[in-house]
Amino acid sequence: MRYGDTVAVDGLSLTVDRGTVTAVLGPNGAGKTTTLETCEGYRRAQGGAVRVLGLDPVRQRHELLPRIGVMLQSGGAWSGARAEEMLRHFARLHARPQDVGLLMERLALHECGRTPYRRLSGGQQQRLGLALALIGRPELVFVDEPTAGMDPQIRRAVWELLEELRADGVTVVLTTHYLEEAERLADRVHILDRGRLVASGTPLELTRGGTVATIRIVVTQPFPDGAPEALVRELGDGTELTVLDPLSLQLSGPADSTTLATVATWCATHDVLPESLSLGQRNLEDVFLELTGREEFA
Amino acid sequence: MSTGTFAPAPGAAPVVRQLLTQAGMEARLMLRNGEQLLLAVVIPVIVLIGAVRGAEKVGLDLDGRPIDVLTPGVLALAVMSTAFTSLAIATGFERRYGVLKRLGTAPLSRATLLGGKVLALLLVEVFQFLVIGGVGLALGWSGPAGVGGVLALLLAALCGTAAFASLGMLLAGSLRAEATLAAANLVYLLLLAGGAVILPATMYGGLGDVVRWLPSGALGEAVRSACDGAVAVRDLVVLVAWTGVGSALTARTFKWE
Repeated sequence: MRYGDTVAVDGLSLTVDRGTVTAVLGPNGAGKTTTLETCEGYRRAQGGAVRVLGLDPVRQRHELLPRIGVMLQSGGAWSGARAEEMLRHFARLHARPQDVGLLMERLALHECGRTPYRRLSGGQQQRLGLALALIGRPELVFVDEPTAGMDPQIRRAVWELLEELRADGVTVVLTTHYLEEAERLADRVHILDRGRLVASGTPLELTRGGTVATIRIVVTQPFPDGAPEALVRELGDGTELTVLDPLSLQLSGPADSTTLATVATWCATHDVLPESLSLGQRNLEDVFLELTGREEFA
Repeated sequence: MSTGTFAPAPGAAPVVRQLLTQAGMEARLMLRNGEQLLLAVVIPVIVLIGAVRGAEKVGLDLDGRPIDVLTPGVLALAVMSTAFTSLAIATGFERRYGVLKRLGTAPLSRATLLGGKVLALLLVEVFQFLVIGGVGLALGWSGPAGVGGVLALLLAALCGTAAFASLGMLLAGSLRAEATLAAANLVYLLLLAGGAVILPATMYGGLGDVVRWLPSGALGEAVRSACDGAVAVRDLVVLVAWTGVGSALTARTFKWE
């Protein structure tokens, strides 16, 4: 896909399984929204094939639309329409709509049902957008940054809702800036950068990717002379040791039980009593930053 | 398949229900909006009362009583204000605010959406005709000539709505929302003043033959003839031709986003 001379999405190939939650991550301008809009039939792919529920999103849009729900990033309502009125309107366009009251309650919209769209807060507009995506009981929902700008309590409610959707057999494709969101919700994560797919996998696969773990040891008495060096020798080449200060050191190396056993043996041999010993896995944020090389993704 | 709250049960509503839903929503929004209401009812009523009083004062040389000539003209003005100005402005802002994009994700075809819009215009026009016609009757208007006159009036209003709606959509689909707002109001004012809507084309002297080719002049003449119980075939053909031109251009140029 290009806009003028800019290639927005290039040679992207990914598949989404039914009944799963898929997260598409990437820095701003990575092509997340373009990818979603191509699946929704708003844009025609300039190359390759796109099939959504087995249908061509452009040529078979008429068949596809009733089966999908779409949450846009912003806007999409008459400024004078009231929240509940908007939701009821969309409900009547579908054959077997979801219960309006239930959705309003679940998305904390019942307090602003009579408020015109232009006077809703950003978070309320977001939630109404999500409600509009779910009102037609879709098989598949595309949600573009579902919790952007929501306060933590409501974000959690939205996460629970999305988890319930999956449990009820709905396929969810979401884009997000919040890695925590992807880590918690997604069965599969796809990371895009500059229109290309740079990584795919379950959150576990991705964070295990480099099989690098960090072990941090803090002691109450300074390490005996030569003990840290001995530890490096015992662990072998794959491990890096950093003495943080006289009372703590950090190892980074293979995340397996052998490493841990070696550390424990070393403690016994050198009479080291750790005050704390902590293991840290890489999280999705580390992976994301490594792959996209960017600090800013918000 | 699970039986949970969110278990999928997709499907589009029957087209007729979608059409009525869309028309009802759009008509409601139009009548709830202060500026639109001003344009739809308040201005035409003021124009009607002002023009009747003015015509009596200056002794305007009309072909008949002022109220009988001017009320049909104001009804034509009402059709123009709704089908052209209100529709263009509303649609321009629907594009701007992504409403059309959002509706594009609902199982609503473009034909149903457009049909809903036209039906909404007709609903608003019924309301306008009741108010303006009521004021006209109160001021002594003799009303359309029998059932034939009413039918001819509906036909003229329908053709006028089609012509002006296609032109309004053309404007809304190609300009930015603010530019649409400005242009739709400007065109409205120009046609109100010099487009033979309210005053018969014969009042324009030599220009009368020209203004009858405008959609405003054709609509004005068609409504005036209808109220006299006649079907103005030539004027209706002009309106249909404008509809053809407007629709063809709109279909080519309309940008949904």
